[in-house]
Amino acid sequence: MGAIMKIAGPLVVADDMRGCEMYEVIKVGEEGLLGETIRLDGDLAYIQVYEDTTGLKPGEPVLKTGSPLSVELGPGLLKNFYDGVQRPLEALRAKVGDYIKRGVHAEALDRAKRWKFTARADEGREVEGGDILGVVQETEVIEHRIMVPPGIKGKLIELKEGEFTVDECIGRVETDTGEVELKMMQRWPVRKGRPYKEKLDPDVPLLTGQRINDTFFPIAKGGTGAIPGGFGTGKTVMQHQLARWADSQVIVYIGCGERGNEMTEVLEDFPKLIDPHTGKTLMERSTLIANTSNMPVAAREASIYTGITIAEYYRDMGYDVAIQADSTSRWAEALREISGRLEEMPGEEGYPAYLAARLSDFYERAGRVRTLCSPQEDRIGSVTVVGAVSPPGGDFSEPVTQNTLRVVGNFWALDSSLADRRHFPAISWLRSYSLYIGYLRDWFSKFGAHDFMEQREEMMSLLQKEAELQEIVQLVGADALPPRERGILEVARMIREDFLQQNAYHEIDSYCSLEKQYLMAKVILEWYDRAKEAIERGIPVERLETMRIKDAIARMKYIKNEEFRAKYEDIMRAMKDEFEALTKHGSGS
Amino acid sequence: MAVDISAREYTTIKEAAGPLIVVEGVEGVSYGEVVKVVTPEGEEKTGQVLEAGRGLAVVQVFEGTSGIDTSRTRVRFTGDIMRISVAQDMVGRFFDGLGNPRDGGPEVIAEERLPIIGAAINPTARDYPREFIQTGISTIDGMNTLVRGQKLPIFSGAGMPHNALAAQIARQAKVLTTGEPFSVVFAAMGITHEEASFFIHDFERTGAIERMVAFINLADDPAIERVITPRMALTTAEFLAYEYDMHILVILTDMTNYCEALREISAAREEVPGRRGYPGYMYTDLSTIYERAGRIRGRKGSITQIPILSMPDDDITHPIPDLTGYITEGQFVLSRDLHRRGIYPPVDVLPSLSRLMDEGIGPGRTREDHAGVSNQLYAGYAEGRDMRDLVAVVGEEALTSRDRKYLEFADAFEKRFVTQGRNEERSIEETLDIGWDLLATLPEGELKRIDEHIIKKYHPKYRKGE
Repeated sequence: MGAIMKIAGPLVVADDMRGCEMYEVIKVGEEGLLGETIRLDGDLAYIQVYEDTTGLKPGEPVLKTGSPLSVELGPGLLKNFYDGVQRPLEALRAKVGDYIKRGVHAEALDRAKRWKFTARADEGREVEGGDILGVVQETEVIEHRIMVPPGIKGKLIELKEGEFTVDECIGRVETDTGEVELKMMQRWPVRKGRPYKEKLDPDVPLLTGQRINDTFFPIAKGGTGAIPGGFGTGKTVMQHQLARWADSQVIVYIGCGERGNEMTEVLEDFPKLIDPHTGKTLMERSTLIANTSNMPVAAREASIYTGITIAEYYRDMGYDVAIQADSTSRWAEALREISGRLEEMPGEEGYPAYLAARLSDFYERAGRVRTLCSPQEDRIGSVTVVGAVSPPGGDFSEPVTQNTLRVVGNFWALDSSLADRRHFPAISWLRSYSLYIGYLRDWFSKFGAHDFMEQREEMMSLLQKEAELQEIVQLVGADALPPRERGILEVARMIREDFLQQNAYHEIDSYCSLEKQYLMAKVILEWYDRAKEAIERGIPVERLETMRIKDAIARMKYIKNEEFRAKYEDIMRAMKDEFEALTKHGSGS
Repeated sequence: MAVDISAREYTTIKEAAGPLIVVEGVEGVSYGEVVKVVTPEGEEKTGQVLEAGRGLAVVQVFEGTSGIDTSRTRVRFTGDIMRISVAQDMVGRFFDGLGNPRDGGPEVIAEERLPIIGAAINPTARDYPREFIQTGISTIDGMNTLVRGQKLPIFSGAGMPHNALAAQIARQAKVLTTGEPFSVVFAAMGITHEEASFFIHDFERTGAIERMVAFINLADDPAIERVITPRMALTTAEFLAYEYDMHILVILTDMTNYCEALREISAAREEVPGRRGYPGYMYTDLSTIYERAGRIRGRKGSITQIPILSMPDDDITHPIPDLTGYITEGQFVLSRDLHRRGIYPPVDVLPSLSRLMDEGIGPGRTREDHAGVSNQLYAGYAEGRDMRDLVAVVGEEALTSRDRKYLEFADAFEKRFVTQGRNEERSIEETLDIGWDLLATLPEGELKRIDEHIIKKYHPKYRKGE
């Protein structure tokens, strides 16, 4: 047992701590506040404390626990709402009221709740880490697969069935070193990635129902993406949209140093939003982690590790898991704050020199993997990580954005000038990129359409040309351009307004199926092909600009996904008719 | 361990630097503890422990360290954290930045003594803000709606009328459904005498003073006190909101001065600075102020915050507005350009934003056409502003007739929608109707952001036909 020597904000220095390990959980002070060692120096331990330290005194006792910061994994994670160190917020509220108080302990997984466990493995079988022992219907849509914890290997000598709490014995394994009791709950240290067999290529897309994401900059299952943008550019809405619509089975939403009301919104919305994939609410397959900006800063640092460990656990069951971390900049700031208190030599903008290493460690825990389990079970699961970045002043040259870009595969750059003109999602088509295009090309030609990628590339190049033409327009005005170029401006505007703009709050437009995305693009490009032809025949551009079909194109996004194919035929027919009438008149006069 | 913690007094100041003193040989000092410092002249100052070590404490002194010496100054550790005495009687009164009466009245008879560091609200306990507050100002109500429990700052600059705007909001703000007025808790950090007296006179003139509490730290008051003032105000606000079910509007001005004080302390502690010398923890620190706005489930009262900050050199990317914008739920941005052209209130709607607007408007709250009208006005004005830039380069002749319509639209928008009198209170219906009058100048086909049935119902062209 040691004693407090010094307190400075979230950092406590204690002496008499010889034998203490790095990242070991420590109970600090009379109240036993939760902390973690982050530096050792002789018999001094530097401890970051996950709770408010006001009122702590030098001399108060400091207790080692001998174990690293870990999370509890088992049934009951879903539909739950945790703080950064996995304290269940609803249970805390029931215990101590509306404000977060310190020194309060609550179990992450409810110890009283009994779950119906159905065995799937046969007694007498050889099992190893990752093998499925049985299942629990955790929520209406997610079957929780109870696995042998990593590192255990041997003969399954007993497996029970029936109703158990997470802490009760459900079976026994005879290993080389003796008998091991199995429970539904396991623990895992948050700072250590859970093991898997091998990482696979990211060649399956995570479809999001967002046109700019799926068609323009798709992300792969097991991929990583960053959404940087200044305030007011719609990062959070984007994150919510991805959580809501992406075709992952489990969602881990980490509100890391963000607004309280935003978390409340998630908390109110998720149990109400109907998930298109299951027909049930989104909450049925989500875990929420909230460490708002005014909650203790050290717990914010831990929150993303807590989140990704939970995600890996569901990945190991064979699920596709998506993590939304909003915002990694706040996490980096927490790192900076602690580093500053440790009086470490600062790197760029006061961030510690190990910022880049920590960021890449985190993002590298994403991936589509063949999970740990014996050969006959063979499962594939994935963790996709999307992190929002909040660059100061919207300046992407700052360290967090730059270091993030070095490791992620998707860059969805939010542009404040787009947000200013209410072009949402405000993802810049010129600055964003996806490194997964190469991997995903085959998938899209097979399951999307053979010319899916060609359409994408044509639209991209039209927008690129538009950007070049705009520079000229700024100087001489649009009228001075030749008709062909004006045609490009017109179709680019359609792509921007009628395709890329997507209203997250509109009940139909909020989610756009891949088929609808493809057909919408087809309509716009068809218009352009016909317009080019008409221009060549000498039809004035003004006539094209005022075509009636453009209204129909503009309203395409509000057509229901399932009705789209039928309506698509109508639009194409109407377009053909109007163009034919135009050329007939045009050449006649 | 029978130390009498109420009477630990030392004369062992080792060092005084800037706002900080370091006291040696102390025992049992706790982090965040309140300290009383008595100078040889007998002046009593208040401080707080910033770093508690064995036998050593770093204390920030709110009134500054002038008059403190290292031999005769006495330092008494009170054993308690910072608290403020709160009572309902505080309504209608003025206090200084540390909560002492400034109006010559008696000390507050405390109903409770609350710690000024507010604990974080458990996110599961929050109630999502969605009640429309009518401020009577078109650019706010129509375009960037404020809702009860929101924190929405005014980003201003030196010499712009943010005070007039804040006073107008404080005066006119009401919840439409109930018509209840707000009580105002006003915290001033480092503002000048003129600014303070502007507010006081304005509130006196309109009778608002009867329902307000003011904490005032003037420009010539101790700078370090400013880190305490907003917390005093918010603690009082929470007490009134949650114990007396009042709806409180908290105005904090000027947050820039608060941040300067924070930087001063950080520099004195020789901390590693973040951007532009501001401490790396400024985001967290600011959030412990701003996040105290909100509503709590099952409690009647609410706290709505309007912090005012002056952007140094009108730079919205400066750390103060930047970090604020990341915490608050939107911002009103005042434009020097509009102000120069004599437009009041000079709210530039393009960079302004209310993140909670969507939930606060629409049928039952404002009017069903609100969202569409607001989006369309916004798009139209943005396009018109683009045209202005274009005209500057190519001249008006080069514009198409459509472009010219937008150019005129932008002018009309500023003249009729943005501009209003300092005492002019517009109902939300008036605001939206002005919006429709403006939209009617555009071709109907351009109104893509409004649903067709809404156009048929509200567009002046169809309404006249009724």
